Parts: sequence; C-alpha cells; structure tokens
Amino acid sequence: MSSAFSAIRIIQPLPLNTTTTRSPEKPLFDPLKTTSSFLGSTARFCSTSLNKPSSASHLRRSAVVAVSDVVKDKKLNSNSSLSNLLLTKEEGLEVYQDMILGRAFEDMCAQMYYRGKMFGFVHLYNGQEAVSTGFINLLKKEDSVVSTYRDHVHALSKGVPARAVMSELFGKVTGCCRGQGGSMHMFSKEHNVLGGFAFIGEGIPVATGAAFSSKYRREVLKQADCDHVTVAFFGDGTCNNGQFFECLNMAALWKLPIVFVVENNLWAIGMSHLRATSDPEIWKKGPAFGMPGVHVDGMDVLKVREVAKEAIGRARRGEGPSLVECETYRFRGHSLADPDELRDPAEKAHYAARDPITALKKYMIENKLANEAELKAIEKKIDEVVEDAVEFADASPHPGRTQLLENVFADPKGFGIGPDGKYRCEDPKFTEGTAQV
Amino acid sequence: MNLAWTHRRQWRKAVQIRGRRQWYQQWEVRKGVPRQMEEPGQVPTAEKLSGTFDCHFPFASESQSTSSVFELTKILGQSSRSLRPSVCASRFYSSIAKEMTVRDALNSALDEEMSADPKVFLMGEEVGEYQGAYKISKGLLEKYGPERVVDTPITEAGFTGIGVGAAYYGLRPVVEFMTFNFSMQAIDHIINSAAKSNYMSAGQISVPIVFRGPNGAAAGVGAQHSQCYAAWYASCPGLKVLAPYSSEDARGLLKAAIRDPDPVVFLENELLYGESFPVSAEALDSSFCLPIGKAKIERQGKDLTITAFSKMVGYALKVRPPFFLKAVSDAAEILAKEGISAEVINLRSIRPLDRPTINASVRKTNRLVTVEEGFPQHGIGAEICTSVIEESFGYLDAPVERIAGADVPMPYAANLERMAVPQVEDIVRAAKRVCYKSVPMAATA
Repeated sequence: MSSAFSAIRIIQPLPLNTTTTRSPEKPLFDPLKTTSSFLGSTARFCSTSLNKPSSASHLRRSAVVAVSDVVKDKKLNSNSSLSNLLLTKEEGLEVYQDMILGRAFEDMCAQMYYRGKMFGFVHLYNGQEAVSTGFINLLKKEDSVVSTYRDHVHALSKGVPARAVMSELFGKVTGCCRGQGGSMHMFSKEHNVLGGFAFIGEGIPVATGAAFSSKYRREVLKQADCDHVTVAFFGDGTCNNGQFFECLNMAALWKLPIVFVVENNLWAIGMSHLRATSDPEIWKKGPAFGMPGVHVDGMDVLKVREVAKEAIGRARRGEGPSLVECETYRFRGHSLADPDELRDPAEKAHYAARDPITALKKYMIENKLANEAELKAIEKKIDEVVEDAVEFADASPHPGRTQLLENVFADPKGFGIGPDGKYRCEDPKFTEGTAQV
Repeated sequence: MNLAWTHRRQWRKAVQIRGRRQWYQQWEVRKGVPRQMEEPGQVPTAEKLSGTFDCHFPFASESQSTSSVFELTKILGQSSRSLRPSVCASRFYSSIAKEMTVRDALNSALDEEMSADPKVFLMGEEVGEYQGAYKISKGLLEKYGPERVVDTPITEAGFTGIGVGAAYYGLRPVVEFMTFNFSMQAIDHIINSAAKSNYMSAGQISVPIVFRGPNGAAAGVGAQHSQCYAAWYASCPGLKVLAPYSSEDARGLLKAAIRDPDPVVFLENELLYGESFPVSAEALDSSFCLPIGKAKIERQGKDLTITAFSKMVGYALKVRPPFFLKAVSDAAEILAKEGISAEVINLRSIRPLDRPTINASVRKTNRLVTVEEGFPQHGIGAEICTSVIEESFGYLDAPVERIAGADVPMPYAANLERMAVPQVEDIVRAAKRVCYKSVPMAATA
C-alpha cells in the first residue's frame, strides 16, 4: 500500500520555511492530489490538512501497492526534478548494511533463544528494519533514541556494538549494561540510547524529557550549539495510552526537538489495532495537538528516510515536534513466546512480499547503485559479525556475585553530598561517626 | 512583651481560619528555653536552643484549659519566681536565634540551590504564577523565569517522565507534586524510570532528580488526599526517601536532596508548613546540608525509644506551646512527668534507614515504640521493628509497640479523622505499655 504521501512527491523540493505547529492548515509536506489509496478508501489527502472527517473503511484489504509499483510510478513521473535517486551509493550500502545487521542479529537471537542461551522476554524486530534504519541512520551521535522492549535493532542502528548487545542478551558482564538490563533495557550513555522500557508509553515522557534537556541547554545554559534531537519509537498500542497524549501536548506546547515515531505494525500482541482504537489513523492525532502528523509506508526505507529527514530537520531547527506514523509489520510474533495464532497467514504473506531488505536490494540493483556481488559481500560480512558476537558473548563471563548490589545508587554509600560538594562517605570522620553534622 | 500580643493576634487569626481545637492540635512551636543557663544573663546559643530540653513553663499542666487572660496573669505572676530575667527575655528570643517556618525554609533552600546551579529547575502544577500551591515556590518565578520554574499541565505521568528524561542528561529537576497522592499517577516513572535506571544501565545513567510535595494527612481533606506514601517509596531500592520535621531538617535535607546524584523522594507535610522552628546560623548558611541516611536524636532519654518522622516527631517530642496556652501535645513531656524518660529519634531519612542509630538507642533503653501516620500494615514501623529484632533482639525488654494510622481510608468527619491519625495520648499509652505501666487499651473519642 502506498501512502498518499508517496514517493512521487518526496523528491520535490520541500518547503523550507515550514509553518509553525499551530496552523495545521498548512501541511508539512505538499498537499497531495495523488490518486493513491489509503486504507482502501477513495483518494484523500493524507497530510496534515484538516480534511473532511474520515469515514474511513477500517479494513485494510484493498489495493496495497508494492514497492516496485511505486518505483515504477516514480520513473513515470520523472518530470519532477533533478535526480531520481534518493540516495548515493555510499548511503545505500550503509543503509543496506544496517538493515541486514538488524535482520541477521534478530534471526540469531531466535536461534539462541531456542537453544537456551537467551531467556526471559525477547521481542524481535524482523520486518520493521526500515523504520529503525530510516530514522537512526540520519542522527548524530549526540542525538538520543528512546525505544520500547523491541529495542535490539534501535541500539544496533545507533551504534552500540553487536558484541555488546548480544552479551547483554546472554546476561554476561561484557554486555552494554553488564547484564543488568537485559533484552528490554538497552542503555548506552556513549551512544545516547536511553532504553529500552518495558511498559509501553513509558519511554515517551523520558524522550520528551531528553528533548526538554536539549532545549534547556540551548536556552538556559546558553550552550548555543546544542541542537540534539530525540527520536522516540513506540507502537500502535501505545497510541491509546494516556502518556502518549500527555507528551504530545507538552512537546507541542513547549516546541521540543523531538520526533515521535509510531511503528504501527497493526498488532499489539494479539490485539489488532483496528479492534483497539476508535480512530486507527494515528497520524491524525498529531494535528489535534498542533504538530504535523505524517503517515508513511514503513516497509520502504527510502520513503521513511525522506520523511525522517524532514522531521529531524524540523526538530533540529527548533520548529517543534512531529508525529510520524510508519505503517510496518513484524514478521515474527510479539515475542519469542508468542505462538502468533491470531494473525491471518495471508496478511503475513502479503507483507513478507514487501520485505524492506529485498525492496532496497531491488532498488539498488535496478538503479545501478550496487551489484549483486557487493551486496552479497555485505551480507557475508554481517554474518561474520553476528557469529563473532555470539562467540564473544558465549565466551564472556557471568557477572560476579558482588555485582548484585552495585549501581543501585550513584552515591556509593547513600549518605548524600556534603557541604563541600563531595560525597559524605568519603569524609573519614563521617564514617567513624565523629564528624559534626 | 509585644511578642505576647503578636502571638495573640496570630492565635485569633488562626482561630478564625481553622477553629480553635484544630489549631491547638496543630500549633507546634519549639521555642527553646534551656533548663539551666551557665551563667545568669548569658545569651543561650543556638545549639542549646535547638537541642532537646525539658520545659519549665509554670502553666504546663494536664488540664486542657483554653487561653485566657487569667492564664496570662497567672504566668506573669509566676514568672518572677520561676523564670530568671534572662530566660524570660530568651523566651521571646527572636533577637537571639532566627525562627523560620518550614515553608520559608523550603523556599530558601530551593532559591539557594537554583541560584547556585543553573541546571536545577522546578517543575510542577502551579509552581510558577500561582507561587506554589502551598506557596513553597513563592517568588521563584520572578527571580528565575519561566524556563526554570515550569508550570505544567495536569499530567503527572507526563511531566514526571519529562523530569526523568531531563535528569538522564544531567539536568537536576525538582518535580513538585501537589500532594503525594497525585504521585500515584506518576509512580511508573518514579520507580521504573528513575529508581531503576542506574541499576538497569549498570551505572551509565544516573538520575539526579527530586520529587517533593506534601505527604500524609492534612486537615479534613478526605481519603484520597490523605495517604502517607513513606512506606510505598521506601520499599523500593534505587530511591532515597527523606522526611523532614523542622525547618532545619527541611532546609538541610532539601539541599542535600537537590545536590544528590540519585532520585530522592522528599516527603513534606502540609500541616508543618506554617510551623516555625528556630534555626541556627549554621543552618542559614547557603552551603548547609544534612547527610542522608542519618537520624537525629531529638531528645535523649533512658527508659524507652520513640522513633518518628515528619509531623509525628512533634507529637512525640516536647512541644512548646505559646506561653498562654496549655501544652497541647507533649508525649515525652507527659511521660517525663510520670518518671518515664523517653528518647525521641527523628528518623529524617526513611530510606536509607539509619539502623545503627535506632539499634544503638534500643540497646541503651531496651524498649521501642515506633510512631507513624501511615497505614500500619507493611509500614515504616514494621520495618524498624524487624530491624531491631534482627540486630538487637537480646536487648529488648518488651515487645516493640507500633503506633500507626488506623487501617482505614481516612474519614472526613473531624472526630473520626482524629481517631484515624495517631494522637499524643496514643503515643503515651503505648509508651506506658512498653514500660509495663500499662493502662487498659481503650479507644478515646
């Protein structure tokens, strides 16, 4: 299914003087008079413009335009501008490698889980790689990413080494959180991955706070170059949660540099999005709070990338938040313990045919960005990386027993900070009990 | 004597506001008068004033008589006999040591910390233009601007999470809850994002955030506004939980909390906000802060130990009434009259709990009464009792008595509310039971 916001329009130069968030009449992107369909209804604008309220058919059965069709469309409409290509060869290879890493890593996770090396809750990201790569590939190292329990690939895309992530999943001391976080709590201060939250919707306020700190640094602490952007990833089920709306409100109110990315994979464990939501079009919730809401095909990394460029650029310029709904699909169940019986096999097959990796491969080969051999080399390299990660994790030691009680507080003994600014427990008189307090 | 009339004016105003009986119960003023002066005419120093002592006001008696001019003349008549002139002057000692309400103490602590560190900012409902729901943040908006004193919409979960996210990046938010009852809407972030993050990230990400607000019962606010959350938060590793009593506690602990690199839950008490306490010059210094995890022995004793925190410390302690009023709540004093010398410990820090101090005290006195305002099951008293049993069982001469609020949601009717919250009589009775000088256990209306 192509979004009404289709690739056709992406390559037109986007208006740089975008409006403030307060006037949803002027859309973030060009108003669309496309004939593509959305949710099976007749052609409609799918931008921020406040259209006639949708009496959308809630059935996603109709014409789903595969990526290749869109690519064909693009070629047909090559009247519009400059270059047809959305990325250069280097970028393309980088994006491809990132997605292959995500896929191979998750497949290996499944294998390891069934062999008993990994335990607990493991939620795999197969099929959604386009969203992660599309956004995170465009971020700087200082920008932060906040995710949910389905966070392995977000951490990998942001730059956390595969070895560290795999060790963390195995619960070894060499993991990115020394085995104390686990699958659902990937934190990395160096790469600004702020987790990893088990409760849905929990990461959204934290991401909003990280964006708040970026704005605070710029305006109050006067660090003028601090334009860090935060990207918050969450799912369709989260969009019915109160915290989501609270943060949309505050982010738009204070114009925080954040991008809210909805990975709408239509299913929250076994609850279909259409059964759980009164209005399943999540992008529409953005304009209700005064920020642009965009719907994009999340199985096509190029489209996601274009939308991401605009949204991240908007945030970086200080124009405020955006809500991006990426329509995507997870090929596996909710977690490795989920038998995944409720989903229609036809639906699964349908989306499997739109695998983002195969789509990108096809695009690159057809546009002569790369040839088979190069892509195969990348795949081979990634396989080696993942295997090396597994070996490394296997060989790493378990955490020592003393690690159980460590890191509860940053303060070593919990007595707080003294008037001189140092920890009280460092004052020998305090620990002996002779200090005057 | 003009201060006497100040007190009377204040009393009259308070009576208009709240009704006389409640005002009696809530008026807790510690005006220091040391039992003995070193030399006549010596100005009592701050330590002596803020230390623990016994009262020798001639009017301190059991009768619950109300104020009257008669009492006034009686006291004045007696003053020449029992009170030396210097002591008399020191009773109205505002020239000697400063008195500060808890509200001003918190305000000054926030002010000083915000001016010392630009990363500190205050966030909450009505903290800015309304000057604070309880006027704790009065004047801060004008001084620091709306970026540092942030009025939020009514979204506890949202803005608490925003505070945590900001703290991830090294800012030092002070998140104010209008009461801690509302923190239940944000408890996911207090516990899951703030308390656990340092552990889950293996020390990479610390959360230097302070959650503060009034906790526990106020006067007549009903069940949903009266719960004490000390036990809830104190059971969670990764949080520090502080409960100040006096102005000095409030100042020192809030400053320590704001400077602390870990999440701190700072439980104030609405009824204490208006109370004045003497503060020493040291406490007024801007670098003053108290250690976390250390209790204070408010009053030395040898017969039993009473542990309390927040408002209950006043109930357990010597409470100094205005000179023309009868002593209202005064457990230690009442016990002292009966020959029972109680050691009162002001816990100050619920997590980490100062187990060494409590145990040392129990080993000295061999009897323990724990006092708290919250629900009894799984409360602070339960934890202290277990800690003492684990470490000092052989020293106990009597079972530990636990005084807590009634095991019901807080009722609204004033007499029921009085029964649902511990009163001085309950503490006194428990102390007597523990000393085996018991009276039959009977509820009083």
